[in-house]
Amino acid sequence: MSSFRIFTLYERFWHWSQALLIFGLVLTGLEIHGTHGLLGYDAAFSTHIVLAWALIVLWAFTIFWHVVTGEWRQYVPSHRGMLAVMMYYAYGIFSGEAKPYTQTPSSKHNPLQRMAYFSFKAAIAPALWISGLLLLFYAAWRGTALEGVISFATVAYVHVAATFALLVFVIGHVYMAGTTGDPWYAYVKSMFTGIKEDRSGHH
Amino acid sequence: MSRPLVRAFLVGTLLALLMPPALTQTLDRSATTSTSSAPTMLLESTANHHEFEELSGPFESGPEVTQACLECHTEAALQVHRSIHWTWEYDQPETGQKLGKRFAMNNLCLGIAGSEERCSSCHTGYDFDGPDFDFTAEEKVDCLVCHDTTGTYVKFPTGGGHPPAEDTVFRGTLFKAPDLAEVARNVGKTSRETCGSCHFEGGGGDAVKHGDLDSTLLSPARTVDVHMSPDGLDFSCSTCHEFSGHIQEGSRYHMTAKAEAGIAVPGRENERPACESCHGTEPHEAGVHDKLNQHVENIACQTCHVPELARGGLPTKTSWDWSTAGELDENGRPIVREDEQGRVIYDGMKGSFLWDENHVPEYRWFDGNMRYTLLGERIDPSQPVEVNFPEGTPDDPRARIWPFKVMQGRQPYDTQYEILLLAQLFGRDDNAFWRGYDWDKAIISGMAEARRAGQTDATYSGSFDFVDTRMYWPVNHMVAPKEDSLSCESCHSTDGRLADLPGPYIPGRDRHPWIEPIGWAAVILTLLGVLAHGGIRYLLHRRRYQ
Repeated sequence: MSSFRIFTLYERFWHWSQALLIFGLVLTGLEIHGTHGLLGYDAAFSTHIVLAWALIVLWAFTIFWHVVTGEWRQYVPSHRGMLAVMMYYAYGIFSGEAKPYTQTPSSKHNPLQRMAYFSFKAAIAPALWISGLLLLFYAAWRGTALEGVISFATVAYVHVAATFALLVFVIGHVYMAGTTGDPWYAYVKSMFTGIKEDRSGHH
Repeated sequence: MSRPLVRAFLVGTLLALLMPPALTQTLDRSATTSTSSAPTMLLESTANHHEFEELSGPFESGPEVTQACLECHTEAALQVHRSIHWTWEYDQPETGQKLGKRFAMNNLCLGIAGSEERCSSCHTGYDFDGPDFDFTAEEKVDCLVCHDTTGTYVKFPTGGGHPPAEDTVFRGTLFKAPDLAEVARNVGKTSRETCGSCHFEGGGGDAVKHGDLDSTLLSPARTVDVHMSPDGLDFSCSTCHEFSGHIQEGSRYHMTAKAEAGIAVPGRENERPACESCHGTEPHEAGVHDKLNQHVENIACQTCHVPELARGGLPTKTSWDWSTAGELDENGRPIVREDEQGRVIYDGMKGSFLWDENHVPEYRWFDGNMRYTLLGERIDPSQPVEVNFPEGTPDDPRARIWPFKVMQGRQPYDTQYEILLLAQLFGRDDNAFWRGYDWDKAIISGMAEARRAGQTDATYSGSFDFVDTRMYWPVNHMVAPKEDSLSCESCHSTDGRLADLPGPYIPGRDRHPWIEPIGWAAVILTLLGVLAHGGIRYLLHRRRYQ
């Protein structure tokens, strides 16, 4: 049984602060959308803006970190082994089969994770950012040629649709990363400690 | 400098500094000694009207006073003659409609034709009793109704614009005859009292018509009107509605729906009495975002800052149904019924009413042009007729969302010609509804008078019925303190104040017809999916290790 460091301090800081910010943004965003009224619209809106800026700053640092460390390669999608992973979660996990994938520091994510995280980073998050900034700075493009192409409503619909996609991602991610480790909480634990405990041969 | 010289210099300076107040006192004393009833304070005006021989009186009538005024104020009557307060006529430059009280209709007292002698109790003149009135007569201008400072000058309701010659009771209220000479010697600036004597009483009584104008504005609490409250800015009407040559700023027929010139600087474009003329176009402090100031583009200040109407304690009339009018008691007097709060809900002269306090306005896009359904214009009686309505669409860059008091009405129309009808309400013979209580006679006479006045060419077919009508009264007054303005969710919610208003996407109100259901379906299915997946895993795990 050997253990090794899989997540650096920065990665863990980034992951959990992003998680908090996203939960806050979803909560306040749904209030702005009119889904609930927990905070009051004014407070929800101002909080949403502050959290959004915080997330943007966090992302700017994180993108820099990924580029400098080369860790961005962790998110390049790959077909190899995808079928086995999908079969595992559809069938093998129930009968207690061994995972068809082993985490290493140079390849932390299985192909399904790669695809999911890549979709989040390349599609969902940019859609939220760009549409969100356009909504926030509507006054700057109101009445310009841009408004002839996209309306305020269209941008808002994109923001809302991307939020639903984000919610689907978050639910799936919390379930998969939160309960399918070995033991079931192993992934969450390693995201806190940074250490992956190798318990191969034991189920 | 030697010591005595310094002392002399200091004393001299002190004396010089004390001189102006000393002079003022002398001036005050001389004013007090010259006439017995003169003001003891230094006048703001450069003329003391108590000093004028012309105003010593006695005066037999209003026009006599006016003639005395005109001895010095040679241009005053000619200026008033150009004012809508005199002409009751307004050519709307954008819609091309001829409006003003002599031409527009309403769903309160319907229109003035035939009833001028009654309606002219709010005319800035004397003897306007019909189309034959001489609108060029200078002595017919009523100076006192606007410039009285004693509070004793009053026009008798049915006196053709004249004050009562002797103390007279009208429908239970005593109208005391004013001492015209005393009033004339105490003329001054207009005040809330003078403006309010007509504008608070529109529609036949206090608070009836507008909802944002009633006698509570004489001394309102700060929560009722921040601008007019003695605890606030203590503005009078003319602080915002500035007059120049007897012509005022402000019109509800032709408004500046979106004032973009900003703060009114002398020499630049003046959009008074727009809020922006003092507050500018970016009145809110920006915090982490500047969304409130961005609302200015689409939303009139009044929309958020006049949260409700009739907040001072007086109810405003929200519905007036003429079709039930005419119930008389055994003595032939109109029956009056009040509700438990003492509000008149039925009057045999006028029909049935509804009232409301803290009344929530309705919201419409408004470009500043109020279009009227004029007498003789074809209507569709199968639905409520809009006697007037605010023009403007969401796409119009000049239009903004404005609050309106919507007055519901039910009034006579011609079932054959499908036009609204005017009835003569007041008069000296049985043609008047308030004498004969015969709608047919009153309409025949009212329509004939309207044709005689040049208001319409339309005739009455002889068959009438009542039709539901609506009128829009733009809201401007009773601006609340900022902490009482509307909150975001007043509009940013599915059942908020703008729930039915067409126009741009409003976050919190609007939903995409399929993104919303598909999105939630995806979220719920994902949740059910992971619950099922996890549940099966758990059960199988337990079975395996049992």
